[in-house]
Amino acid sequence: MADNKFAAYICSGCGLGDKFNIAGLEKVAKTEGKMTVIKTHPFLCNAEGVQMIKDDIANDGVTHLCIAACSRRAKTEAFVFPTAAVSRANLREGVLWIVAEGSDHDEVRQEMAEDYVRMGCAEIKKMKVPEGNVKESSSKRILVVGGGMSGMTAAMAAADAGYEVVLVEKTGALGGFAKNLFKRVPFAAPYAEAQPTGVAELAAQVSSHPKIKVHLNSTLAETAGAPGRFTAKVAQESGSVTEELCGAIVQTTGFTTYDIAKLPELGGGQANVVDQAGLEALAIAANGGAIKRADGKEVKSVAFVQCAGQRDESGTHLAYCSGHCCATSIKQAMYFKDANPDIDAVVIYDDLRVPGMGEDFYRSAQQKGVIFTKGKASKVTGGDSCKVEFKDLILDETATVDADLVVLATGQVPNAGVNLDEWTTINTAADGGNEEAKQQRTALESTSVLNLAYRQGPDMPQFKYGFADSHFICFPYETRRTGIYAAGPMRRPMDMLQATEDATGAALKAIQAVENVGLGRSPFPRVGDLSFPTARLEGCTQCKRCTVECPFGAIDEDERRFPLFNEERCRRCGTCMGACPVRVISFENYSCDTVGSQVKAVNVPDEEDEKPRILILACENDAYPALDMAGMQRLTYSAFVRVIPVRCLGSVNTIWITDALGAGYDGVMMMGCQKGDNYQCHFVKGSEMAYYRLSKIGDTLKGMGLEPERMLTYEIAITDGARVAKIIDDYVAQLIEMGPSPMKGFG
Amino acid sequence: MTTANENAVAKYKNNFLKEVEATVEEGHWVKMCMQCGVCAGSCPFGPHWEHSPQKIFMMIRAGKREEVLKSDSMWMCTSCYNCMVRCPRELPITHIMHGLANYAYRLGLSPKGQPNQAIAKLFWDSALKYGRVNELKFSLAMYFRDGFVQGVKNALAMQSVGLGLVKAGRLNPMEIISGHTCKDTSGIHKMIAKAREIEDRRRGLA
Repeated sequence: MADNKFAAYICSGCGLGDKFNIAGLEKVAKTEGKMTVIKTHPFLCNAEGVQMIKDDIANDGVTHLCIAACSRRAKTEAFVFPTAAVSRANLREGVLWIVAEGSDHDEVRQEMAEDYVRMGCAEIKKMKVPEGNVKESSSKRILVVGGGMSGMTAAMAAADAGYEVVLVEKTGALGGFAKNLFKRVPFAAPYAEAQPTGVAELAAQVSSHPKIKVHLNSTLAETAGAPGRFTAKVAQESGSVTEELCGAIVQTTGFTTYDIAKLPELGGGQANVVDQAGLEALAIAANGGAIKRADGKEVKSVAFVQCAGQRDESGTHLAYCSGHCCATSIKQAMYFKDANPDIDAVVIYDDLRVPGMGEDFYRSAQQKGVIFTKGKASKVTGGDSCKVEFKDLILDETATVDADLVVLATGQVPNAGVNLDEWTTINTAADGGNEEAKQQRTALESTSVLNLAYRQGPDMPQFKYGFADSHFICFPYETRRTGIYAAGPMRRPMDMLQATEDATGAALKAIQAVENVGLGRSPFPRVGDLSFPTARLEGCTQCKRCTVECPFGAIDEDERRFPLFNEERCRRCGTCMGACPVRVISFENYSCDTVGSQVKAVNVPDEEDEKPRILILACENDAYPALDMAGMQRLTYSAFVRVIPVRCLGSVNTIWITDALGAGYDGVMMMGCQKGDNYQCHFVKGSEMAYYRLSKIGDTLKGMGLEPERMLTYEIAITDGARVAKIIDDYVAQLIEMGPSPMKGFG
Repeated sequence: MTTANENAVAKYKNNFLKEVEATVEEGHWVKMCMQCGVCAGSCPFGPHWEHSPQKIFMMIRAGKREEVLKSDSMWMCTSCYNCMVRCPRELPITHIMHGLANYAYRLGLSPKGQPNQAIAKLFWDSALKYGRVNELKFSLAMYFRDGFVQGVKNALAMQSVGLGLVKAGRLNPMEIISGHTCKDTSGIHKMIAKAREIEDRRRGLA
């Protein structure tokens, strides 16, 4: 654009003016940065400084500005210029605070600051103001899939907040698993007695809510589109199909109980051995009176076997703890004690786990005379007089309990739809023409919940054991499908109270999504980001790496097999950009050029100068804040490094690394989040993708005649301020030992 | 005539926990134990007993009547109250231990010759007889518990302590004859007899 005007604003406050030669920085911005306007201010982030910039934008036609002051993470509320493209040169946290004190270091300190000004100016040259893409027709309706406790709670939460809700339920009635319970565990003080479930009342509220439309006996035949424009084909049992347009989806498809028939050693399938759901049915039949077995005999003694088919280390049964079963058994033992205190109720447990305020509930059951025995059941015999053989873990001996009825506390099996790993394998084979695979694919797809029309598969990706992938601490309801949120036991095992809390959270996330998407903004985690990826299709080789590597399934293929970006599904991580071998994918304010030009802008000293130059590509979510933190704690690290923040390590294109090493940098450090099962990556798979890609870069380095140690990757957490400073110094020492890069002087 | 033990067995059948709740001091707390083991870990005598309080409680729930009542474990309690202070469920563990010991003794099941039991009995007998404990007679009864020769040996071994106490006026050798009683011993006897009668009736030991 012809009317672009570039400006650099240098702050001399916070001690920057004392330690740096500001005139030198100005000169760099002018001669090398080619900035038209260059201004220095003693206190840039105060009202006057900010006003100066605003005036320049309004009156002087400045469109692009580089602020050379503090970290991009600081003073974000002051430096807001929505109409201008902004880059930040981090002179305070990145230079002033981390370079060792004293005049011995004046030279390297000044060099580092000048490089950051060069980089900021180079970056801004390549940036555009993200225009955003406001979609006025964007739907704000929320689709809730599953009408159990979580689904009804999510629907009520969203509807009460003023959003229209469409609720799709597979069976003929609302209530899910909870409607088959006699009572539930208490949610409020004094946590002493089992409570009425309240499911019928909630179902009535949902059914009569003016903003909630309920489809019973219905499933989703297809879900297509993206946040703000999902079209769900709701198929009735009768065969008719209704199309519902909605902005976001909350999936609350719950769980099924672990099949008791898989536990023959614990009496599964034998008479008078039931699971917890089976006992609820008996309790409903008794309705507060004496509980009778299937054969009509009144139960005088009952034994509960905890962790039946759960926490199994052998790999045969569920490996995990379902979290709710201890409290559920306590509640069920109370059914007996409340009806008749003389009934013997024994709970055989390994560890009694009662989350929340369950400890009070446990104590209440003890008061009522329920006996708790720490032991591990090995064999249950059903029949008229049941026997539970167990190892008493306190008395360290084998013992037997006789009971009229045995209740097995089996676990929750998530109902999150198709396992995409399995689907992908079968789908690839089926696409290759394998007839058997085609049949398998049809069978598998018939078990899908959402039937997403995404090229990545019909449901959301799963984590372990079939639970939907979500980061259970940092962003629990986010799945790897933008605008589709998981809540309740399909996400992780949980009890009813947790499921209702979950559902409320997911409903709020859905609201956040429809509101942001309507404004063309990213909903999460770069909330409010207006940029979105575009591809220069004429350069595209149709390699499909972007479609495969996108952690969120945002990219489909058009009919010519080119990538088709669904902007609303995008989280703006840039993993596609890092994946693209021909570098045709870019964001308006973040591209191969914005980073590449910064890499090139750095002044790489000659071999004789004995000043190594190290490029750090740091994830903006954790590693970059950790580096800032090192500065705030006034820790020092080597002034030979130059840090460039990246949106995610997944967005790192290998060209940056080869360019840097080719230009004579002595080493490259990549700093990203923890990967694997305990991932901390905000984009789930970004850091993992990066590690995978970079593991293959060794051959390229060898081809350049470089040691593989010239490029290393690190997992850095946000709390690693001290560690990161040490890692840098250790690496610089290592590089000095290795000697300067042989590429120096060729760049 | 059936013994108190036979009566108890007949009355509570196999439910030892109910028996403990009805007959043992603070026995109704036993069901509240959550088997955390803090008592067992806190007991300074831990390594020296057969069963920690945690195990005793578990054994009661498991119906191991004979094993619990014949055990010497609760006799080993020194009443330091460490377990009781630390119990997260606030069980009066020390009191339960003494309650169990007392109940076992009353049923005639407690281990014979258990030294702590012997001391307790001598102490109690002395207090009962005189209305207060006669230190001299109590000590001598202790020394001569295992026969005359052993008694002399014990007394000689403790000689310096004994003389020290005499010198300080804490022990009067003349009390071997006159005693060291309260004003109305027969009144005390009646009072204790009545109290025992009431308690035994309550506990079903009459």
